Formats: sequence, C-alpha cells, structure tokens
Amino acid sequence: MAEVKIPIGPQHPALEEPELFLLTVDGEQIVDAEMRIGYNHRGMEKSAEFRTFMQTLYLYERICGICSHSHTTCYIQAVEEIAGLEIPPRAKYIRTLIAELERIHSHLLWLGIAGHEIGFDTLFMYSWRDREFVQDILEEITGNRVNYAINTIGGVRRDIPENKIDDYLKALDILEERCGYYTKVAFEEGTLAARLGGVHYLSKEKAIELCACGPFARASGVATDVRFEEPYLAYPEIPFNLITYDSCDIFGRAVVRILETIESIKICRYILKNLPPGEIKLEKVPKKIPEGEAVSRYEAPRGEDIHYVRSNGGEKPYRAKVRAPTMQNLPATMESLKGSYIADAPIAIASIDPCFSCTDRIAVVRDIRSGKESRVRLRDLSKYGKGGRR
Amino acid sequence: MFQSLVNWARVKSPWILHWNTGACNACDIEVLAALTPRFDVERFGVLLQGTPRHADVIVCTGPVTKQVKDRLIKVYNQTPDPKFVVAVGSCACSGGAFRGCYNILGGVDQAIPVDAYIPGCAARPDAIIDGVVKLLAKLQGKAG
Ligand code: SF4
Repeated sequence: MAEVKIPIGPQHPALEEPELFLLTVDGEQIVDAEMRIGYNHRGMEKSAEFRTFMQTLYLYERICGICSHSHTTCYIQAVEEIAGLEIPPRAKYIRTLIAELERIHSHLLWLGIAGHEIGFDTLFMYSWRDREFVQDILEEITGNRVNYAINTIGGVRRDIPENKIDDYLKALDILEERCGYYTKVAFEEGTLAARLGGVHYLSKEKAIELCACGPFARASGVATDVRFEEPYLAYPEIPFNLITYDSCDIFGRAVVRILETIESIKICRYILKNLPPGEIKLEKVPKKIPEGEAVSRYEAPRGEDIHYVRSNGGEKPYRAKVRAPTMQNLPATMESLKGSYIADAPIAIASIDPCFSCTDRIAVVRDIRSGKESRVRLRDLSKYGKGGRR
Repeated sequence: MFQSLVNWARVKSPWILHWNTGACNACDIEVLAALTPRFDVERFGVLLQGTPRHADVIVCTGPVTKQVKDRLIKVYNQTPDPKFVVAVGSCACSGGAFRGCYNILGGVDQAIPVDAYIPGCAARPDAIIDGVVKLLAKLQGKAG
C-alpha cells in the first residue's frame, strides 16, 4: 500500500499549541514522523537585548506560563552569579517553595491533559479540580494564579504570611491524599495501565543517546535530575527522593509524575515548617550588572532548563539564551513515534508534556568549511516571517 | 421564526474553539481552568470544540506570531457565520508584554475582527467567564 502523509496541526484539538506534525503512515502504523516548530516563535531572546535586566525578568516569565517560575529563577540565578550576589536564606526557601508548588500544578495539569487525551475525562476534571488547591496557595503568596512574578534580582518580592502556613499545610494534606488516590487509580484500576502500557516505547539506551531529560527520561530508568546533580536554591538542605520507573512507556511517565507530585508536596511541607527567619531580599542591588557570563541549570517540571546570560557591564543583557526542556525531548519523541500506531500519536506527543512556547525558535545552520559569514539576512528573516515552508 | 430559534439555540449553547496564536500558555491554561469544575463555564452551555467548522466563538490567546497569521485567517474563514472572536489576555488584546518583539503582529485584531477583549496577564478564569457572559448578552441583543 502506498504511504500516506497525515498532518496534525497547527490547529488541532489534541495540541494546545500550534505545531505541525507530519506523520507518514502505512496502514495504521507510523513509519516516519517529522515536525515543524516555530508557530509560537515570538523573538523574545532578541527583545531581551533591548530591555533592562529587571524587565527581561518579567519578559522571561512569559516564555511559558506553566513553568514561568522555572525560567525566571534560571535566568535570575545566572544574573546573580555574574553580579556576585548571594540571596538571603529565606528568599532561597521561598523560591524553592514556589518552584515545587509549580511542579505540583504542572504535573496535575499534565495528568488531566493525559486523561483527556485517552478519553478519560473524569481524570481530567478530578485532577484539575485538585489543582485549584495549589493555585489558591500560589495566588495567596504571590498575588497571581500563573506568572507569579515572585522573583526579583537579589531575592523575592513577597514574604509568606506566617498566620497562613497552617492553612497551606492543610491544603497540602488534602492534595497528598488525592495523589494517593491517583496512585491507586494508576496501579489498581487498570484503565491507565491498559491504555498506556507499552505505548511510545523509549528504551533506556535510546533515552541516553538522544539526550532525553526530565520525567520523560526518568520513566525510562535514567536517573537524571538537576536537583540532585547540581543542587541549587535550598535543595541541598532538603531531604527528598529521586523518582524513576523503568517501564519506558507512557504509563511510566504518568507514574513518575504522580509520585513526583507526592515528593514535591513533602518538600513544600518541609519548607513551610523550616522556613529560616530573616530578610527576603538584598537591600542594595546594582542596576548595572558587571561584565561577565554565566550558565545556570534548573530542573523545570518538564526537565532541565538552561539559561546563558552575558553582560557587557551595562543595564541590559548582551545575550540571554534559553534552552528549554521540550527542545531536548523532541528528538527522542519523534524517534519513538516511529512504529507506534496513529491512534496513539496524540497521547504520545502529549506524554512528554510538550511546551512549545518555550521551544519555538529559528535555527540557521551554515557551512563552516566554506568559510561563509554566518549571518542571517533580513530578507531570510522576513521570508521566514511570511510563513515560508522549510 | 426559524432564525429566532437558531439564535436561541446559539445563545444557550455557544461552542467555542480555543486557538493559541502565540501565547505564553498561561492564558490557555486559564481558559481550560474555566472549563473545569471550579469555574465550570459549561453551566452556561459553553462547550469546547475541536474544529472551526463546528464553532460559534473563536477564543484566541496570544499576540499572533507572523507564522500563525495565515492559519488564523484560514481558521476564521472556515468558521461558519455568524462568528465571534474573543481575545483573551493582554497580549491578545494589544501585544502586551511582547510589544516590540520582531515576530509578532501585536493583538488578534491585527489579523481578524475581534468582538470581545478580555485583558489581564494572565486573564483570570473569572474574567474570562465575565467576558463570555457579556458576549452572550450581546448575542442576545442581536437575536432580540
Ligand atoms: S496575556 Fe500574559 S499570561 Fe496571557 S498569554 Fe499573553 S503573556 Fe501570557
């Protein structure tokens, strides 16, 4: 039979964001998968160069609304490293707390989307209802449900109200109970295991070879987590476990995320109970950041986030580069799509928890050997902008 | 007579199409949150649809990247009349935080006509519900 090409996207109910996947199918089976990213490319790295360090912080919050704290923390760590600022311990703890709350909300969100993708809408509604507990805490602490804007250069903007801590602990208790219920749904109820078991298989070797990261890699038995490899913020002082699972399929990814949520709840509880006293930000923060460069790593809910910041000694960054985790996970995703069935494609793509607003970028590769100048001409850019195909 | 029946049905159950035109995702998750139990817009008969051909209302989030513009216009043309467009979030209204980025148009109204603007970065689910209800009232006015 002749091969048929099926486009998925850019507007597609299964994908929240506009992306195009081109699947070549033979019968029901996918033989080749290609993708085209860039629909969500806004040009933020460039516009960061025209903003001050502080403005860039709030711009980068909007790289992705789900892991907004990840991007700002990763960026601010780099900036603070260049400036040689050491933030107060209380600020560190608060940043860590928001980071873990964000992980909980992101993982619950994923669980809901995954449930929706496989037609298990009850799970979608349940997990999104439970997610509101975290949203409430986040809103009370930071003032916003998403895009919390808690970070500022040299610390955090808001303190945690002492009289509310008990309420937060109670909400976390309820959440933990609910996560226990989800674990039961996963292991005992059978629907998830039957639908997701063995789907979109990624072996441990392939995961390492294709540099997968985050829960995607951990579900293939690769123990990778920046919080362990290169502890930042308050993580060195907090006891918690690294979760891995070795079923190498989407079921494993669901299990890893549910168990990680429980771990995160424990971390939040530890932080709320052991919050060090003191200031929440440095008193004096320089407007101009001294010359220098820094790379910062951060374990976002979706995997390893890397920011590179370079300063020329002025008020604005010379370069602020972002490498988001989805970018890293895409090669492995596309590879494992080959050989799966077309009906599994939506959940398979959703299983890495893709976030294309972080990922979308333009890459221009030039031949170095020919010695040509590798400059992007305005004409090329505008051709790209006009929706030119690859 | 027939038209008023159609209008009545439309007001009671507007089907929406959710379309991310380059947003940061925050407004998208708030739109989804509005559909889930805490906020539950389904009590107004609002239902999320997968294809533009079934939709009455297009909910756009995001400042419209140059890449997505053509598709947006295509999707808009595929939606049957009468159709309504809601711009959710500051960046869908005017470009918001992304003003000045080289790859955006700055606001959904730069590409297609917009009927309702819901500001906020991110727009809260309450605000989204308020916007949708106001749009429904407007629809009723048209029907009336
Ligand atoms: S309005 Fe703000 S929160 Fe909403 S999509 Fe735009 S940048 Fe993100």
